[in-house]
Amino acid sequence: MTPSSSLSNRLSTYLFNRPNLVLCLLLLPPLLWLGVIYLGSLFSLLVQSFFSIDDFTGKVVYDLSLNSYARLFSATNLAIIFRTVMMASAVTVICGIIAFPLAYYIARFASGRTKALFYVAVMLPLWSNYLVRVYSWKLILAKEGAIHWMFNALGLGPLLEWILSLPVVEGSSLSTSYIGTALTFIYIWLPFMVLPIQAALERVPRSLLEASSDLGARPGETFRKVIFPLAIPGIAAGSIFTFSLTLGDYIIPQLIGSSRPFIGQAVYQFQGTAGDIPMAAAFAMVPIVIMAVYLTIAKRLGAFDAL
Amino acid sequence: MRSKAATSTDRSKGEAGWGLKAAAWFGVLFLNLPILFIVLYGFTTDDASYTFPPPGLTTEWFAVTWNRADFWAAFWLSVQVAFVSMLIAIVLGTCAAAAMYRFKFFGKESVTLLILLPIALPGIVTGISLRSAFALGEIPFSYLTIVLGHATFCIVVVYNNAIARLRRSSPALLEASMDLGANTFQTFRHVVLPNLATAILAGGMLAFALSFDEIIVTTFTAGQQETLPIWMFGELARPRQRPVTNVAAIFVMIITFVPILLAYYLTRDTDDVAGSGK
Repeated sequence: MTPSSSLSNRLSTYLFNRPNLVLCLLLLPPLLWLGVIYLGSLFSLLVQSFFSIDDFTGKVVYDLSLNSYARLFSATNLAIIFRTVMMASAVTVICGIIAFPLAYYIARFASGRTKALFYVAVMLPLWSNYLVRVYSWKLILAKEGAIHWMFNALGLGPLLEWILSLPVVEGSSLSTSYIGTALTFIYIWLPFMVLPIQAALERVPRSLLEASSDLGARPGETFRKVIFPLAIPGIAAGSIFTFSLTLGDYIIPQLIGSSRPFIGQAVYQFQGTAGDIPMAAAFAMVPIVIMAVYLTIAKRLGAFDAL
Repeated sequence: MRSKAATSTDRSKGEAGWGLKAAAWFGVLFLNLPILFIVLYGFTTDDASYTFPPPGLTTEWFAVTWNRADFWAAFWLSVQVAFVSMLIAIVLGTCAAAAMYRFKFFGKESVTLLILLPIALPGIVTGISLRSAFALGEIPFSYLTIVLGHATFCIVVVYNNAIARLRRSSPALLEASMDLGANTFQTFRHVVLPNLATAILAGGMLAFALSFDEIIVTTFTAGQQETLPIWMFGELARPRQRPVTNVAAIFVMIITFVPILLAYYLTRDTDDVAGSGK
């Protein structure tokens, strides 16, 4: 045996007898990175949210106070939070409705080439080109763009006008209304809903479905009582993404939609133009608290095992 | 419509009902058609609005974009950031996956949560946190601050790919290798790595694509520097030369499609695991 291999043998034996040392060596680098950079930043955010800004000098005052939080609960800010949560809920529900049949089809019926095609068609948008994809809807929804053109070509222009004049929607074109914002959100986050549902459905063993039909369940019953309940962890996992991502996004409502701000835009404006990081930090606590509640519920539904 | 579809589930891989099929195709078209508009508008002669159908077609915008120095500066910055973030994510993600797979320890659940957190929390939280930490520590914005942010949310991508592959591989293989006299390093080199390499590479590719395209965290950690998405976002606000943004977008699409498709082919054979999960 060569000396170098005996050295590696001895080191190997040394490590084999000390699994805790190996664990430390493996876990320390990622834990240090996430612990120091990520948790450290989150902590600094928390601390900042208790500072406040001096109204006259515009400088941050490093004294702990609840000033920022007091300002957070103004009527304007509560309206922003309400608007964002409603949008996130609507987007999540509609994503679920569009994603379920798609995921169900991929998991249960498609095979071979069709399956590969569908899978790539869902995965490609997931990983690629967030901004490009948002921009594509700006083109489509514009007043002079494709959808308005299509409605007019079909003689349905007045119908679109009527929809756009409805109370909550109110916009001069689709790209300046809530409908446009919601459509874009749904389009962007849809793959995040499809994939976990598909994964959950793939895990349902075929024998379970056969057992259900052997026991006399009609296919509809099997769907309601076996397949759907087993898909719930997947739906919950997907909803974590669609909900959380909508809560924190500020690019989509800025490019497409009415000028009424969402949480993300408020955070962005406070830290940027206003230079008020404490207020931005306090505002950023809102999605964190909402997501903490949401994750607790999702965990109960088994979402973490479906990720 | 769904009960109709379920009628055929009795036989393995039956035919789907037309309602289900239509809903599935609707979903897929909804996900993929809009991108075509980007390509179409890259050729339009109308440079100030989004008129549909385009009044005329031209290829001049490709030449205009090619000659824009600011486009290339942003492009190279994005490539560098994505590449370094990918490398960091590969190292840290693989270490984490190996540790989580091999060992049981106190606080394991919290570690999983910690790894997941950067993508479970909205991007703006990650962004503003880093921004506030840089402000408190008086760290100037640079290329490194961008990488710091990107690598943090890329770790989980590599981790997910690696741990999924590890969970599917059999521990008996490791024992067999040890029994046959290989030491830890030889087992790692000849048994674990060949099995794991494609998963790690796939994770790395996805991390690259994710970083190349990121804008939400980047706006908070970039200062004056412009990555390609930030450059594009700035271009969107300009009223003239709109199609230049489209040409850049087509470019970005091609750059990110390649690693994503590669990642798909690297992991494809191990993905079909119907009914074999937990």
